[in-house]
Order: sequence, then structure tokens, then C-alpha cells
Amino acid sequence: MEKFETLITTAIPLPMEDVDTDQIIPARFLKATTREGFGDNLFRDWRFEQNNVTKKEFVLNNPIYEGKILVAGKNFGCGSSREHAAWALFDYGFRVVVSSFFADIFKGNALNNGLLPITVSPEFLHELFSCVEKNPQTELIVDLEAQRIAILDNGKHEHFEIDSYKKMCLLNGYDDIDYLLSKKDKIEAFEKTQVIF
Amino acid sequence: MKKTLFDKIWEQHIVDKVDGGRDILYIDKHFIHEVTSPQAFTGLEKRGLEIFRKNKIVATADHNVPTLNQHLPITEPLSRTQVNTLIENCEKNGLELYGLGHQYQGIVHVIGPELGITKPGMTIVCGDSHTSTHGAFGSIAFGIGTSQVEQVMATQCLLLNRPKRMRITIDGELQNGVLSKDIILYILSKLTASGGTGHFIEYAGSTIRSLSMEARMTICNMSIEMGARGGLIAPDEKTFEYIKGRKFAPQGEIFDKAVEYWKTLYTDEGAEFDKKYHFEAEDIEPMVTYGTNPGMGIKITDSIPAPDASVGIQSYEKALKYMDFEKGNSLIGKKVNYVFIGSCTNSRIEDLRLVADFVKGKSKADNVNVWIVPGSKLVEKQAKEEGLDKIFQAAGFELREPGCSACLGMNEDKIPKGEYCISTSNRNFEGRQGQGARTILASPLMAAATAVTGKIVDVRTLL
Repeated sequence: MEKFETLITTAIPLPMEDVDTDQIIPARFLKATTREGFGDNLFRDWRFEQNNVTKKEFVLNNPIYEGKILVAGKNFGCGSSREHAAWALFDYGFRVVVSSFFADIFKGNALNNGLLPITVSPEFLHELFSCVEKNPQTELIVDLEAQRIAILDNGKHEHFEIDSYKKMCLLNGYDDIDYLLSKKDKIEAFEKTQVIF
Repeated sequence: MKKTLFDKIWEQHIVDKVDGGRDILYIDKHFIHEVTSPQAFTGLEKRGLEIFRKNKIVATADHNVPTLNQHLPITEPLSRTQVNTLIENCEKNGLELYGLGHQYQGIVHVIGPELGITKPGMTIVCGDSHTSTHGAFGSIAFGIGTSQVEQVMATQCLLLNRPKRMRITIDGELQNGVLSKDIILYILSKLTASGGTGHFIEYAGSTIRSLSMEARMTICNMSIEMGARGGLIAPDEKTFEYIKGRKFAPQGEIFDKAVEYWKTLYTDEGAEFDKKYHFEAEDIEPMVTYGTNPGMGIKITDSIPAPDASVGIQSYEKALKYMDFEKGNSLIGKKVNYVFIGSCTNSRIEDLRLVADFVKGKSKADNVNVWIVPGSKLVEKQAKEEGLDKIFQAAGFELREPGCSACLGMNEDKIPKGEYCISTSNRNFEGRQGQGARTILASPLMAAATAVTGKIVDVRTLL
């Protein structure tokens, strides 16, 4: 996993709620046996018509917006557990998704892939949407070490929560397997105490 | 200390606690399938790791398989590659695989319970969000991502924050024609598609107790549609009776000992929950969804409501536009050309029996295509032994072979663009059943009634 470093970038607004992982990456693209290349089909059916013509009105097709942060409505990533959704967002170039809350499985998957899900208050989310929509050049700064997201122009900022273990993993590029493998002795000892039917 | 059922099972599986609040949780059973496992196998190989506990993994092919001519090679090249990759990975690693052609093949959440693999008190995971189904047996079962599939393969453990606890109690007697699918769609319509986020749900109350194991599985299955980590129901005599004698169930004295232990799996009187809800069974009617998430549901006699604070206006408008519905519409009388009866939510023998019982002596409307996709080879076999296939055939319903099928349209079973499909599956997301397809979620009885009339109907008027 890549180390997460402090990020200063513009953002792309997607003020839609309950965005499910079937939209992020439709099931017909889950037939691959590798992790690479899912970015091409990120939000496939929102980006393209069935005949592959670009849907101009969709925000990812709007050239005035770019950046490594996706700002989305509440309950982002609900539905299917497909980790391909996190792979697609990362492969497309996103490093952060901001929302007022995330679906649990998506959040876990994102954290396991170096994609930082930042939960902010509904008020700060609203502020982000209005700043970015008013001025697409608005830059945000994400400082994971300080657990802080800020709007550069107006200095408005918010603290975000992340558990200290996952923070350490992201900052160092560690994943859970490294940690779990170091606990093999405890796992084997636990198994000896288990009564199984 | 008074404990919830969830906490009892969770605490029995903690290997160690980690600074920062996470627990190392031991996993008793790991189901895998062709779609979310290949990258996990590759990951293990890259790290030079072996599978830690081979006997705790069960594999099947379900998401991507055709539901016609399963004895022939898969024609779609990408699907074939993915299914073959699973076969190779299982062979290479010595894992049990119930693949195509095997007598136990089927949807992962159907075969686990029917083979007696799923048991009370266990921790169960699978790279599939509907793993919550297994909670019907009083187990902690939940969906995971592929990185976690790899973690479980490598260590039989996961690093997790303990979810909060929620209890949903339903009391009283259900009206005739109302099934457990209606119960969960009703709860979803009240709590919304995000109402369970961060929680693990225990379903309780006299209505839940009165349900069969199949019906309980339908409810736990859709816990994830509220955003919950999972759902569970305390085991009781019905649970023990269901498990008894199944292929991998404990036998003889060991079974009796197991039951003794399983009987300790309940929530202590007075144990605390973070959230509690209570519903009355008599308030529940046959349900249908009108939007593009499973929380957008109404009683069949209601009309499409105005948006409220729980649904964003943009999402609401987008959903109605996609479905070509308007605020204030009733769904009764809406012409529907596709009916799908299947998926890990409603493809068990009891679902097929209910449908057969209803359609016996009736036939489908001319405009309708009806697909019945059994949850497993065993369900298919039993349906044939009971003569249900003859009833379906006489009614013009097509009985196919087992798989996830049109629930997610990964195989050829897709609903055409713009068409409505009344579906016993679990998700009505945009494009879920095929690009541009419009899904209306409902119970197997509502789906059967629609198949017969060719339009949405309140099944109670036909009983």
C-alpha cells in the first residue's frame, strides 16, 4: 500500500446521497482477476451512455472540475461489499473521499487501499460543496497526521476522526496482514482454547 | 454484567485487543466465491504465504455462472476465466469447492445453511455483503472486502472495531399474504438505507419467533440494505431442528452437546442496546419499492411519498426519473414484463413452495417473462422431487439452474433497458439487473401474483 502524504488539491463535487457501489463500479466489470484498471469504468453508467457516448452533464466529464478529492453526499459506498469500488476510485486518481458518513464496508475497503475516507459534519460538507461549486479552483488541504481538512481560500477547517491504528497504517503504508502475521502465536494459542461444534 | 447475544459471541472470538480500539477477531468459517477471491489468492502468492486454515474455507461458484446448460462450458470468456481461476486456486491450495456440476453448488448464502455448515455462535465471513443471511442462526456473519478475504486466508482473523448494538422488535401476527420479505422491506422503509450504519442488529419479538428459518434468513439477509454490519436472531428449537441431520451438522451426542451450548446464546434480560425500535406486525402490508435504493419502499396500498429529510432531494428526483414514476403514483396496475424469483434473499425451497402453491392451476400473463432461479442444486432437486417444476411449467414459469442470476446481472440473465422487473432479490439500484433496468423489490408472493396478472397487484386480493 502507498504511504498517505499530506495532500493539497482541488476537489470534485458529487452532491448525491446513498451512492452505492454498483454505481461506483457496475457488476459487469467485476469479472477481472487482477486489481488493476478499474478506474476506466469508475461510475461507468453515470459517465457514459450504453453506446459509450459521454454524458456531458456528469461531473467527472466536466473539465472545470479535477482533483484528487471526491466530495460526496451522505452514506457514500452503500450496498455491495465489492472492494473493486475502492480500487476504481484509487485507480482513477482519487486519494480522499469526503462525506458526512460512509457505509461501513466501503470505509474499511478504502482504508485497506490507501484511499482516505474523511467523515465531516453535514455543515462542513455543505460548506465544501458550496465553495467548490462556486470556485472549482478551490484547493483543500488534507493533513492526516493532524487529522485536519481545510479550505485554503477561507481557512475554514474541521478535525476528523480516524482510529490510531489505521492512521499509523496509512502514514506508513502498512496493511492489516503485516500486523496479523505478527500475532500468529496468539492466534494459535487462541485456537487451542476454542470449543467447536 | 448483562450482555447482548452479539457481545457474547464477539467476546468469545477476541484473540487480542489492539491499541486504537480494534479487536483481533477469530473467524470460524470463511465462504469464498469466484468474484471477490482471485485477487486475494494472488495477494497471498505475492507475499509467499500459505492458506492458514484450509478446513475453514468453503468455496462455490455462484455470481457469474449461467443458469441454463450448466453442464456445458461457460460461453462468456471473462466469466469462464473467473470460474476457472477459482477451480485452479482451490485445487492448488487444497480447498473444498462446490463448483458447477457439484451436487452442493449454489448461492453461497443458501448452501451454507442447507448443508449444516452455518451454526449458532459462529463467526462467519464472505466477500459478499449478504453474508448477514447466516445471522438467522444466531451467528455473527458479515460481508468483507477482498483485502480482508486475503487476511482471513492468511491468519483466520480480522482487525475490527466492534459495531454498536441495535435491537428491532416485531410483535404480533402477520396478515395473510404478508411474508418476512415484507417485514424487512417495511423496516427498511422506516429506517432508510442508512439507518443501520455502524450497528449490528438483533431481530426479536413474537413475530420473529413465529418465522421459519428460511423466513428468518430473508430478514437477516437484507440487514446490509440498512447499512448495518449484520443482523442476527437468537437460536431456538426451530434453529436446532433445522440444523439436525444436515450434512455437516454435529451428529449424535455431539449434537446434543452443541444444543446445550447453543441454548446459552441469547441476550440477557436488561442488556443494553445503543438503539431500539419496535414495530407491530399487523401494521405491515405487502411491500413494493418505487425508487433506487431498498429503503424507498411503500405498502402496496400507499402511493409514492414526497421526499423527506431522510432522502436528499437530488437523489429522490434522480430515482423517480430513473424509474419513470411520479410522486403520488400508486404502483397497483403498473404493467411489468419481467418477474425474477431468486437470489440469496428468496430462492429457498420454502419460497418456491409458496410460489408453486399460489400459481397451481393458474398461468402467467402473456406479456410476462418469469424466471425462477433456485438457490442451489439441492433446492432444485427438492423442487423437482416435490413436483414443483411441473406446476411452474404448466404456469409458463421458467425454472432455471442455480446462481445469483438476475439479482446482479453478472451473467446473461439481464433485464432490458427501460423494462420493469418485479424481483424477489435485495437491491433496486440503478442498473443492478442490467443497464437501464428498473427493479421493483417485493416478496415471492407479490412477484407470483404479478406474473399471473401481468401488472402489479395486491396479492391479498387474489388469495
